Amino acid sequence: MNFFEDIEVGQRREIGSFTFTADGIKAFAVKFDPQPFHLDEEAGRKSLFGGLAASGWHVGSVCMKLLVADGQRRASEAAARGEKVAVWGPSPGFRELRWIRPVLAGDTISFIGEIESMRISSSRPQWGILEARNAGTNQKGEPVFSMLSTAFVPRRNAGA
Amino acid sequence: MHMDRVEIATKCGHNQASRKMSPIMKSLVFEDFKPGPLGRFGPRHVTAEEIRAFATEFDPQPMHLDEEAASRSLLKGLAGSGWHLCSIIMRMMFDGFIGRTASLGSPGVNELRWLAPFRPGDDITLDVEVTEARVSRSRPTTGIVTLKAVASNASGQALCEMVSPIIVRRRDEAATGEAP
Repeated sequence: MNFFEDIEVGQRREIGSFTFTADGIKAFAVKFDPQPFHLDEEAGRKSLFGGLAASGWHVGSVCMKLLVADGQRRASEAAARGEKVAVWGPSPGFRELRWIRPVLAGDTISFIGEIESMRISSSRPQWGILEARNAGTNQKGEPVFSMLSTAFVPRRNAGA
Repeated sequence: MHMDRVEIATKCGHNQASRKMSPIMKSLVFEDFKPGPLGRFGPRHVTAEEIRAFATEFDPQPMHLDEEAASRSLLKGLAGSGWHLCSIIMRMMFDGFIGRTASLGSPGVNELRWLAPFRPGDDITLDVEVTEARVSRSRPTTGIVTLKAVASNASGQALCEMVSPIIVRRRDEAATGEAP
C-alpha cells in the first residue's frame, strides 16, 4: 500500500471484478436484507429492479472485498521489492453512495478507484486524509455503483 | 414477514391474486412517515463467530479476524468490519419497519460515519429518525423518506451514523391492490 506522498489526485486504478450469482445474492439477503426482490426471482421481476437484485449492502461489501484483496496484493508486491509497506488506518466513513442501477443475478461488476481529494490531518499531522471515488460498472458498461470513501493514509516520514 | 408472502405467492401460483395480496402485508406507506423520531430497535447481539465469518468473506483484514493482530492495530482489539455493521443496521431496519413498509428500495446513502469499533459480544441498538419526507417529483405515486439511523452499543456509545433515503409507495397507490 502507498504512503500519502505516493498518491496524487486523479490517480485511477482498476480494483477487480466480481460476478453476483443468484445463490450469493440470496445468501446475503437472507442474513441482512430479506426484502422480496433480493430473495425471489419472481418478486424481483415484479419490482422496480426487473429481476433478482443484490442488496445494495452486498454490492458495497463486495467493493470492500475487492479493495482489501487489491491492497493485500499491492502490499505483498511492495514487500517483495523490499519497500516499506504503508498500513492504512480504519476508514471514518463515506458519502454520496449511489446505487445507480440494480445489480442482477449473473451480472459481473468491475470496480475502479480514483483519488478525488487529499489533505493532511490537522489534528494528527502524521496522517493524510484522502477521498477516493469507488465506482462499479456492469458487463454492459453501465454504471451501477458509486461512493466517495474517506481513508486515513500514513505519511512516509511519520514515526519512521 | 417474507415467509408469509412466499407462502401466499406459492398458494396462488404467482397469479394475479398474489400480486394483489402483497400490499395488505405492507402496512406502512409514505403517509406514515413524518419528520421526527421513528423508533428504537434491537438490541441485536453480535458474536465473534459472526464477525469473523463476515470478515472472512468481505473484509479479511487482520483487525477483523485475528485477536493478536487486532490488539496491535489502531482499533485496539478484535472489531467487526464497518460493512458488517452497515449490513446489521440494514437487517435491524428491516425487522423494525422496512419489512412491513411498501418500500421500493433505496437510491443510496448521503453520508455514513463509522464512529467507534463494534466488538464481539456487543448488543447493538438502533435509533431511527425521519429527517425529511417528500413526494417524488419524477414518480408521484411514491415518496422519498430520508432516515437518520444511529447504531449504539450497550453503554450508549454511538458506533455508526448514517443518513439514507428510501422510496416508499403512497397510500393511494398502495390501496389499488386491496385483497378480497
